[in-house]
Amino acid sequence: MAAKKKSVRKSKKVGKKDLTIHFMPYSEIAKKNTIERIKKIMGLILDKKIIILQGKLKPDEEVRLIENSMTLIGNIKDFQGIEIAAISGESENVNLFHKIRHNIAKILIGEQDAITIIGPASIVKEITQDPKKIELMLQRK
Amino acid sequence: MKETLINLNSKGDYKMIKIIKNFARRLFSGFFKKRGEIKLGFYGSPNAGKTSLANRICQDWLGEDLGSVSRMPHETRKIQIKEDVILEKDGKKIEFKLIDTPGIATKIDFEDFMKFGLKRKEAQTRAKEATQGIIESIKWLDDMDAVIILIDSTLNPYSQVNITIIGNLVARKIPVLIVANKIDLKKSNVKKVQGAFPEYDVVGISAKNGDNIEEFYEGLFKLVKKI
Repeated sequence: MAAKKKSVRKSKKVGKKDLTIHFMPYSEIAKKNTIERIKKIMGLILDKKIIILQGKLKPDEEVRLIENSMTLIGNIKDFQGIEIAAISGESENVNLFHKIRHNIAKILIGEQDAITIIGPASIVKEITQDPKKIELMLQRK
Repeated sequence: MKETLINLNSKGDYKMIKIIKNFARRLFSGFFKKRGEIKLGFYGSPNAGKTSLANRICQDWLGEDLGSVSRMPHETRKIQIKEDVILEKDGKKIEFKLIDTPGIATKIDFEDFMKFGLKRKEAQTRAKEATQGIIESIKWLDDMDAVIILIDSTLNPYSQVNITIIGNLVARKIPVLIVANKIDLKKSNVKKVQGAFPEYDVVGISAKNGDNIEEFYEGLFKLVKKI
Protein backbone atom coordinates (compact mmCIF):
# COMPACT_ATOMS: atom_id res chain seq x y z
CA MET A 1 0.00 0.00 0.00
CA ALA A 2 1.33 3.19 -1.06
CA ALA A 3 1.74 5.49 1.76
CA LYS A 4 -0.39 8.52 1.52
CA LYS A 5 1.62 11.54 0.87
CA LYS A 6 0.72 14.29 3.14
CA SER A 7 1.52 17.65 1.91
CA VAL A 8 3.06 19.34 4.83
CA ARG A 9 3.02 23.08 4.62
CA LYS A 10 5.38 24.75 6.94
CA SER A 11 3.77 27.77 8.42
CA LYS A 12 6.04 30.42 9.74
CA LYS A 13 4.89 31.68 13.06
CA VAL A 14 5.95 35.06 14.25
CA GLY A 15 8.28 34.46 17.12
CA LYS A 16 8.54 36.58 20.21
CA LYS A 17 11.87 37.95 19.10
CA ASP A 18 10.74 38.86 15.59
CA LEU A 19 10.27 42.48 14.75
CA THR A 20 7.02 43.48 13.11
CA ILE A 21 6.47 46.74 11.35
CA HIS A 22 2.87 47.71 10.80
CA PHE A 23 2.22 50.14 7.98
CA MET A 24 -0.96 52.03 8.69
CA PRO A 25 -2.51 54.03 5.87
CA TYR A 26 -4.32 57.16 6.97
CA SER A 27 -7.62 55.63 5.79
CA GLU A 28 -7.31 53.13 8.66
CA ILE A 29 -7.79 55.89 11.24
CA ALA A 30 -9.44 58.63 9.20
CA LYS A 31 -12.97 57.91 10.39
CA LYS A 32 -12.04 57.03 13.94
CA ASN A 33 -12.35 59.42 16.85
CA THR A 34 -9.51 60.16 19.28
CA ILE A 35 -10.35 57.33 21.66
CA GLU A 36 -10.63 54.76 18.89
CA ARG A 37 -7.36 55.92 17.34
CA ILE A 38 -5.52 55.64 20.64
CA LYS A 39 -7.04 52.23 21.33
CA LYS A 40 -5.93 50.97 17.94
CA ILE A 41 -2.40 52.33 18.30
CA MET A 42 -1.99 51.10 21.87
CA GLY A 43 -3.23 47.65 20.86
CA LEU A 44 -0.48 47.36 18.26
CA ILE A 45 2.15 48.82 20.61
CA LEU A 46 1.28 46.26 23.28
CA ASP A 47 1.66 43.60 20.57
CA LYS A 48 5.22 44.93 20.30
CA LYS A 49 4.76 46.26 16.80
CA ILE A 50 6.35 49.35 15.32
CA ILE A 51 3.76 51.48 13.57
CA ILE A 52 4.51 53.58 10.53
CA LEU A 53 1.49 55.79 10.15
CA GLN A 54 0.69 57.75 7.05
CA GLY A 55 -0.17 61.18 8.39
CA LYS A 56 -0.04 62.74 11.79
CA LEU A 57 -2.03 62.61 15.00
CA LYS A 58 -3.50 65.82 16.37
CA PRO A 59 -1.51 67.42 19.23
CA ASP A 60 -4.28 66.49 21.64
CA GLU A 61 -4.17 62.87 20.45
CA GLU A 62 -0.41 62.74 20.93
CA VAL A 63 -0.74 63.97 24.48
CA ARG A 64 -3.54 61.48 25.21
CA LEU A 65 -1.32 58.72 23.80
CA ILE A 66 1.47 59.72 26.19
CA GLU A 67 -1.01 59.91 29.09
CA ASN A 68 -2.40 56.48 28.23
CA SER A 69 1.02 54.86 28.00
CA MET A 70 2.01 56.39 31.35
CA THR A 71 -0.97 54.70 33.03
CA LEU A 72 0.19 51.34 31.64
CA ILE A 73 3.81 51.56 32.84
CA GLY A 74 4.15 49.37 35.89
CA ASN A 75 0.79 47.71 35.22
CA ILE A 76 1.83 45.77 32.12
CA LYS A 77 4.92 43.61 32.30
CA ASP A 78 7.96 44.98 30.46
CA PHE A 79 6.06 47.98 29.16
CA GLN A 80 8.24 51.07 29.43
CA GLY A 81 6.28 53.52 27.34
CA ILE A 82 6.53 54.58 23.73
CA GLU A 83 8.83 56.30 21.30
CA ILE A 84 7.15 58.62 18.83
CA ALA A 85 8.29 60.94 16.07
CA ALA A 86 6.56 62.63 13.20
CA ILE A 87 7.96 64.20 10.10
CA SER A 88 5.96 66.54 7.96
CA GLY A 89 6.06 66.90 4.20
CA GLU A 90 5.59 70.63 4.55
CA SER A 91 8.23 72.61 2.74
CA GLU A 92 9.57 75.86 4.20
CA ASN A 93 9.88 77.75 0.91
CA VAL A 94 6.31 77.74 -0.28
CA ASN A 95 4.16 80.65 -1.29
CA LEU A 96 1.06 81.88 0.51
CA PHE A 97 -1.32 80.25 -1.98
CA HIS A 98 0.32 76.87 -1.43
CA LYS A 99 0.10 77.32 2.34
CA ILE A 100 -3.61 78.17 2.20
CA ARG A 101 -4.25 75.20 -0.09
CA HIS A 102 -2.32 72.93 2.27
CA ASN A 103 -4.25 74.19 5.31
CA ILE A 104 -7.62 73.68 3.60
CA ALA A 105 -6.60 70.14 2.61
CA LYS A 106 -5.48 69.53 6.20
CA ILE A 107 -8.90 70.54 7.53
CA LEU A 108 -10.77 68.48 4.93
CA ILE A 109 -8.79 65.25 4.80
CA GLY A 110 -6.36 65.46 7.73
CA GLU A 111 -2.59 65.84 7.59
CA GLN A 112 -1.70 63.03 5.22
CA ASP A 113 1.59 64.34 3.86
CA ALA A 114 3.42 63.36 7.02
CA ILE A 115 4.78 60.16 8.51
CA THR A 116 4.57 59.20 12.16
CA ILE A 117 6.57 56.41 13.71
CA ILE A 118 5.40 54.97 17.01
CA GLY A 119 6.98 52.02 18.74
CA PRO A 120 7.22 50.41 22.15
CA ALA A 121 10.19 51.79 24.12
CA SER A 122 11.26 48.23 24.96
CA ILE A 123 12.05 47.72 21.25
CA VAL A 124 12.73 51.21 19.94
CA LYS A 125 15.70 52.56 21.83
CA GLU A 126 15.61 56.03 20.36
CA ILE A 127 14.13 58.01 17.52
CA THR A 128 16.13 61.01 16.44
CA GLN A 129 14.59 63.50 14.12
CA ASP A 130 15.29 66.72 12.34
CA PRO A 131 12.99 68.53 9.94
CA LYS A 132 13.97 66.27 7.04
CA LYS A 133 14.67 62.83 8.43
CA ILE A 134 13.90 60.35 11.18
CA GLU A 135 16.36 57.75 12.45
CA LEU A 136 15.18 54.75 14.35
CA MET A 137 17.49 52.94 16.73
CA LEU A 138 16.36 49.56 17.93
CA GLN A 139 17.31 47.71 21.10
CA ARG A 140 19.69 44.79 20.63
CA LYS A 141 18.31 41.74 22.38
CA MET B 1 -5.01 46.45 28.72
CA LYS B 2 -8.62 45.29 29.24
CA GLU B 3 -9.03 47.69 32.10
CA THR B 4 -7.69 50.55 30.00
CA LEU B 5 -10.07 49.76 27.16
CA ILE B 6 -13.00 49.83 29.55
CA ASN B 7 -11.85 53.19 30.84
CA LEU B 8 -11.55 54.48 27.32
CA ASN B 9 -15.05 53.31 26.46
CA SER B 10 -16.54 55.31 29.27
CA LYS B 11 -14.57 58.36 28.21
CA GLY B 12 -17.70 60.06 26.86
CA ASP B 13 -19.11 60.33 30.38
CA TYR B 14 -15.69 61.21 31.71
CA LYS B 15 -15.36 64.04 29.18
CA MET B 16 -18.74 65.47 30.19
CA ILE B 17 -17.77 65.38 33.88
CA LYS B 18 -14.46 67.04 33.00
CA ILE B 19 -16.22 69.85 31.10
CA ILE B 20 -18.55 70.51 34.08
CA LYS B 21 -15.61 70.36 36.48
CA ASN B 22 -13.56 72.78 34.37
CA PHE B 23 -16.53 75.16 34.11
CA ALA B 24 -17.06 75.09 37.88
CA ARG B 25 -13.36 75.60 38.51
CA ARG B 26 -13.17 78.54 36.12
CA LEU B 27 -16.29 80.06 37.67
CA PHE B 28 -15.00 79.79 41.23
CA SER B 29 -11.44 80.71 40.36
CA GLY B 30 -12.95 83.82 38.72
CA PHE B 31 -14.39 84.81 42.09
CA PHE B 32 -11.28 84.19 44.10
CA LYS B 33 -8.58 84.94 41.55
CA LYS B 34 -6.37 87.77 42.59
CA ARG B 35 -6.44 90.61 40.16
CA GLY B 36 -3.55 90.49 37.79
CA GLU B 37 -2.25 87.12 38.95
CA ILE B 38 -0.87 85.20 36.00
CA LYS B 39 -0.50 81.44 36.09
CA LEU B 40 2.89 80.83 34.52
CA GLY B 41 3.75 77.20 33.77
CA PHE B 42 7.20 75.71 33.25
CA TYR B 43 7.11 72.84 30.81
CA GLY B 44 9.68 70.67 29.06
CA SER B 45 11.52 67.36 29.05
CA PRO B 46 13.09 66.03 32.25
CA ASN B 47 16.37 67.75 33.19
CA ALA B 48 15.77 70.71 30.87
CA GLY B 49 16.08 73.07 33.85
CA LYS B 50 12.48 73.95 34.70
CA THR B 51 13.01 73.94 38.46
CA SER B 52 16.38 75.71 38.09
CA LEU B 53 14.71 78.59 36.25
CA ALA B 54 11.76 78.69 38.67
CA ASN B 55 14.29 78.78 41.52
CA ARG B 56 16.24 81.56 39.81
CA ILE B 57 13.08 83.68 39.52
CA CYS B 58 12.11 82.94 43.14
CA GLN B 59 15.60 83.76 44.35
CA ASP B 60 15.70 87.01 42.36
CA TRP B 61 12.31 88.25 43.59
CA LEU B 62 11.58 86.41 46.84
CA GLY B 63 14.98 85.28 48.06
CA GLU B 64 13.96 81.63 48.38
CA ASP B 65 13.86 78.44 46.28
CA LEU B 66 10.81 76.71 44.86
CA GLY B 67 12.07 73.14 44.60
CA SER B 68 15.10 70.88 44.67
CA VAL B 69 17.20 70.15 41.59
CA SER B 70 19.20 67.06 40.77
CA ARG B 71 21.21 65.46 37.98
CA MET B 72 18.89 62.47 38.22
CA PRO B 73 15.92 62.87 35.84
CA HIS B 74 12.39 63.25 37.21
CA GLU B 75 13.51 65.00 40.39
CA THR B 76 10.27 67.01 40.22
CA ARG B 77 7.47 64.46 40.32
CA LYS B 78 4.70 66.65 41.66
CA ILE B 79 3.41 70.05 40.60
CA GLN B 80 5.12 72.77 42.67
CA ILE B 81 3.48 76.15 43.07
CA LYS B 82 4.76 79.47 44.31
CA GLU B 83 2.17 82.20 44.66
CA ASP B 84 2.52 85.97 45.03
CA VAL B 85 5.67 86.31 42.97
CA ILE B 86 5.72 89.96 41.98
CA LEU B 87 8.08 91.00 39.19
CA GLU B 88 8.77 94.64 38.48
CA LYS B 89 10.12 96.24 35.33
CA ASP B 90 10.09 99.91 34.32
CA GLY B 91 7.70 100.67 37.17
CA LYS B 92 5.24 98.01 36.03
CA LYS B 93 4.40 95.25 38.51
CA ILE B 94 3.09 91.85 37.47
CA GLU B 95 1.97 89.20 39.92
CA PHE B 96 2.68 85.61 39.01
CA LYS B 97 1.72 82.21 40.28
CA LEU B 98 4.65 80.03 39.24
CA ILE B 99 3.75 76.44 38.42
CA ASP B 100 6.71 74.12 38.05
CA THR B 101 5.65 70.88 36.37
CA PRO B 102 7.29 67.43 36.24
CA GLY B 103 9.20 66.83 33.00
CA ILE B 104 7.19 65.19 30.25
CA ALA B 105 8.61 62.02 28.70
CA THR B 106 7.15 59.28 26.53
CA LYS B 107 8.96 56.46 28.30
CA ILE B 108 10.22 55.60 31.77
CA ASP B 109 12.45 52.67 32.64
CA PHE B 110 13.09 52.21 36.36
CA GLU B 111 16.49 50.67 35.55
CA ASP B 112 17.66 54.10 34.37
CA PHE B 113 17.33 55.35 37.96
CA MET B 114 19.43 52.45 39.22
CA LYS B 115 22.34 53.87 37.21
CA PHE B 116 22.22 56.83 39.63
CA GLY B 117 22.67 54.52 42.60
CA LEU B 118 19.04 53.85 43.58
CA LYS B 119 18.08 50.40 44.77
CA ARG B 120 15.59 48.41 42.67
CA LYS B 121 12.63 49.13 44.94
CA GLU B 122 13.46 52.84 45.21
CA ALA B 123 13.90 53.05 41.43
CA GLN B 124 10.52 51.38 40.84
CA THR B 125 8.83 53.81 43.24
CA ARG B 126 10.49 56.77 41.55
CA ALA B 127 9.41 55.49 38.13
CA LYS B 128 5.81 55.12 39.32
CA GLU B 129 5.83 58.64 40.76
CA ALA B 130 7.36 59.96 37.54
CA THR B 131 4.57 58.46 35.42
CA GLN B 132 1.96 60.05 37.71
CA GLY B 133 3.84 63.35 37.50
CA ILE B 134 3.69 63.30 33.70
CA ILE B 135 -0.07 62.67 33.77
CA GLU B 136 -0.45 65.57 36.20
CA SER B 137 1.64 67.88 33.98
CA ILE B 138 -0.59 67.08 31.01
CA LYS B 139 -3.74 67.74 33.04
CA TRP B 140 -2.45 71.17 34.08
CA LEU B 141 -1.99 72.28 30.47
CA ASP B 142 -5.56 73.59 30.41
CA ASP B 143 -5.02 75.78 33.47
CA MET B 144 -2.11 77.92 32.36
CA ASP B 145 -2.28 81.56 31.32
CA ALA B 146 1.19 81.50 29.77
CA VAL B 147 3.93 78.90 29.48
CA ILE B 148 7.72 78.86 29.44
CA ILE B 149 9.05 75.88 27.49
CA LEU B 150 12.48 74.86 28.70
CA ILE B 151 14.74 73.20 26.15
CA ASP B 152 18.19 71.87 26.91
CA SER B 153 20.23 73.72 24.26
CA THR B 154 22.97 71.06 24.34
CA LEU B 155 20.55 68.45 22.95
CA ASN B 156 18.64 67.97 19.71
CA PRO B 157 15.63 70.32 19.98
CA TYR B 158 13.55 68.31 17.50
CA SER B 159 12.16 66.03 20.16
CA GLN B 160 8.56 64.96 19.83
CA VAL B 161 7.90 65.94 23.45
CA ASN B 162 8.79 69.58 22.70
CA ILE B 163 6.73 69.53 19.51
CA THR B 164 3.75 67.91 21.24
CA ILE B 165 3.75 70.35 24.17
CA ILE B 166 4.01 73.38 21.88
CA GLY B 167 1.31 71.98 19.57
CA ASN B 168 -1.04 71.55 22.51
CA LEU B 169 -0.41 75.05 23.84
CA VAL B 170 -1.00 76.57 20.41
CA ALA B 171 -4.26 74.61 20.09
CA ARG B 172 -5.31 76.01 23.49
CA LYS B 173 -4.23 79.54 22.46
CA ILE B 174 -1.82 79.78 25.41
CA PRO B 175 1.15 82.11 24.71
CA VAL B 176 4.56 80.46 24.74
CA LEU B 177 8.12 81.61 25.36
CA ILE B 178 10.88 79.15 24.52
CA VAL B 179 13.93 79.20 26.76
CA ALA B 180 17.08 77.51 25.46
CA ASN B 181 18.79 76.63 28.73
CA LYS B 182 22.36 75.64 29.64
CA ILE B 183 24.13 78.23 27.44
CA ASP B 184 27.05 78.01 29.86
CA LEU B 185 27.88 74.55 28.47
CA LYS B 186 30.21 74.06 25.48
CA LYS B 187 27.75 71.97 23.47
CA SER B 188 24.99 74.59 23.74
CA ASN B 189 23.49 75.64 20.41
CA VAL B 190 20.80 78.29 20.80
CA LYS B 191 20.65 78.89 17.03
CA LYS B 192 19.58 75.28 16.50
CA VAL B 193 16.72 75.80 18.95
CA GLN B 194 15.74 79.01 17.15
CA GLY B 195 15.90 77.15 13.83
CA ALA B 196 13.65 74.40 15.15
CA PHE B 197 10.98 76.83 16.35
CA PRO B 198 11.22 79.86 14.05
CA GLU B 199 7.68 81.05 14.81
CA TYR B 200 8.41 81.60 18.52
CA ASP B 201 10.52 83.89 20.65
CA VAL B 202 13.58 82.00 21.88
CA VAL B 203 15.81 83.27 24.70
CA GLY B 204 19.10 81.58 25.54
CA ILE B 205 19.97 81.53 29.24
CA SER B 206 21.82 79.64 31.92
CA ALA B 207 19.32 79.18 34.74
CA LYS B 208 22.12 77.78 36.89
CA ASN B 209 24.48 80.77 36.55
CA GLY B 210 21.93 83.45 35.73
CA ASP B 211 23.54 84.23 32.34
CA ASN B 212 21.32 86.39 30.11
CA ILE B 213 18.55 86.40 32.73
CA GLU B 214 17.69 90.06 32.01
CA GLU B 215 16.82 89.17 28.42
CA PHE B 216 14.62 86.38 29.80
CA TYR B 217 12.70 88.84 32.01
CA GLU B 218 12.22 91.12 28.99
CA GLY B 219 10.82 88.14 27.07
CA LEU B 220 8.57 87.29 29.99
CA PHE B 221 7.07 90.79 30.09
CA LYS B 222 6.55 90.60 26.31
CA LEU B 223 4.85 87.22 26.78
CA VAL B 224 2.43 88.62 29.36
CA LYS B 225 1.21 91.17 26.81
CA LYS B 226 -0.01 88.29 24.62
CA ILE B 227 -2.42 86.95 27.27
